[in-house]
Amino acid sequence: MTMLEQHRFTARRDGWHCRPMAVMAIVALLAFGLVLAGCGASAGGAERKATTAPAGGATVSATAEAAGALTGELTVFAAASLTDAFQEIGAQLEADNPGLRIVFNFAGSQALRAQLAEGARADVFASADEVTMEGAREDGSIAGEPRIFVANQLVVILPADNPAGVQELRDLARPGVKLVLADETVPAGRYARQILTTMGRNPSFGSDFTDRVLANVVSNETNVRQVVAKVQLGEADAGIVYASDVTPAVRADVTVLDIPAEFNVVARYPIAIVRDAANPTAAEAFIDAVLSPAGQDTLTRHGFLPAPSGGDQ
Amino acid sequence: MSDWTAVASTVEAKTERERARRWRPGLSPLGGAALLLVMFLAVPLVALVWRALGEPGIWAAAGQPLVLRALRLSVVTTAVTIAVAVVAGTPLAYLLARRRFRGKRLVEVVIDLPLVLPPVVAGVALLMAFGRRGLLGDALGAVGIELPFTTAAVVLAQVFVSVPFYVRGARAGFQAVPGELEEAAAIDGAGTWHTLRRVTLPLALPGVASGLVLCWARALSEFGATLMFAGNFTGRTQTMPLAIMSAMERDLNAALVLSVLLLAVAAAVLILARLVAGGRVEP
Repeated sequence: MTMLEQHRFTARRDGWHCRPMAVMAIVALLAFGLVLAGCGASAGGAERKATTAPAGGATVSATAEAAGALTGELTVFAAASLTDAFQEIGAQLEADNPGLRIVFNFAGSQALRAQLAEGARADVFASADEVTMEGAREDGSIAGEPRIFVANQLVVILPADNPAGVQELRDLARPGVKLVLADETVPAGRYARQILTTMGRNPSFGSDFTDRVLANVVSNETNVRQVVAKVQLGEADAGIVYASDVTPAVRADVTVLDIPAEFNVVARYPIAIVRDAANPTAAEAFIDAVLSPAGQDTLTRHGFLPAPSGGDQ
Repeated sequence: MSDWTAVASTVEAKTERERARRWRPGLSPLGGAALLLVMFLAVPLVALVWRALGEPGIWAAAGQPLVLRALRLSVVTTAVTIAVAVVAGTPLAYLLARRRFRGKRLVEVVIDLPLVLPPVVAGVALLMAFGRRGLLGDALGAVGIELPFTTAAVVLAQVFVSVPFYVRGARAGFQAVPGELEEAAAIDGAGTWHTLRRVTLPLALPGVASGLVLCWARALSEFGATLMFAGNFTGRTQTMPLAIMSAMERDLNAALVLSVLLLAVAAAVLILARLVAGGRVEP
């Protein structure tokens, strides 16, 4: 049997029933890819120049006030916890600069770092922790000095009807409580475990507190927003998330249990321009907008703590 | 196959062979477009394997508990999904192919919808139905069953998104069996069950097998609904795709290993399925 005959036989015999659909899907995918490639090329070619490190904190409002001056596309990679606040700040910047279009990519900080390291095009990177930003710098993904722009702390959230009857932090160790954390590779997950370890060292919680709580974990979500969703839906009995994750939309569905400062972690969020940013001018303007009083106000309204030490690392 | 059709197919094959000899791929616009598409599909897979093999410490990463537990969970859950598909999907496929009944159209829509739904929607829908606060949550809770965050939830998510592929494939397989053959078997005194087992099923096998392969492939790659409905816990609900997502956050090597493993397992099953289905239809 020749190759050709064999080929014809296989084609006849497996009889995929949805072939026209598959062909259409592939054609659509290709067309979409070509359009994307076209966009990328034009945006990239328009404004490629050497990136300069952002100047200190002095020009905060100067750039922001040059209204309407910014054009092109700005790509911002930001930690998932920044979703709402950054969208608001971005919308304001777009309103001030009709020629500017901001594209956000919100995900776990580590995933963003990996994407940058693999050559993803972005102009600004905002991480939920300094370790990840430091890692991105080591990867060579970052231009200039990162600046701390906001801080965050963690809280325990429970569904409003509190199915497991959790009244205090101690109850998290009770058998049968379904606890959802962010994965330990995500900053929020690392902080949650850090907090539980600190609590375990305190005699009032008991030595095996940490282990008992961790035994209650039913899911390690790859994104802190998924922790919120699982608690909000009432599928989990408790979750540990950023205070900023309890947004106005979430607030009605959950009860917040504060974690005392002696156990809590204050997460400092750094922001920086990405190396080879296609639109460094807009990138700098975005960072300035985040650091501006208006930006800081937006962030605190979303549950963040103001940036410590005036915004510089 | 009669002599006449054998001759016809030989002639046909010869002319096609001649045509194939004259044809130069890449020179015609048709060939160019085809080649471009094949390259587009092949290059990412080659790049994945290339990168993985070039990475030092890649084999050490393959032995990580995270990788092994994810692989085991994927194998076990997709096996259960396949079993559910065969046991529950085969009768449905047969009925859809052979019988007319009220509401058949509706049943077909219900079967087809999961195929076009984004998996995340499937996950949300499963939560709304089987979650603690879902439609059936109270009833399930009353008998002590809580599905979210369990391995059972992983299987449910896979069944929901992948079994329709099997039903469609198996239905096409049954439809391809001429009714006259079943009638002939019945005239010769074969009972319904005997006819089904000895005549219909063997002849429908190519369609059934291709449906099963598609179903299994979809179950293996299931991500969105699983993450939504079952969560992400190593050894319990973290299947290969979820482990790849988690590994991307920590260790690119582990993610690469998992990806290549998934690719290898998928390729192996595809080849196996072709051999099995092929061996049965050819004399």
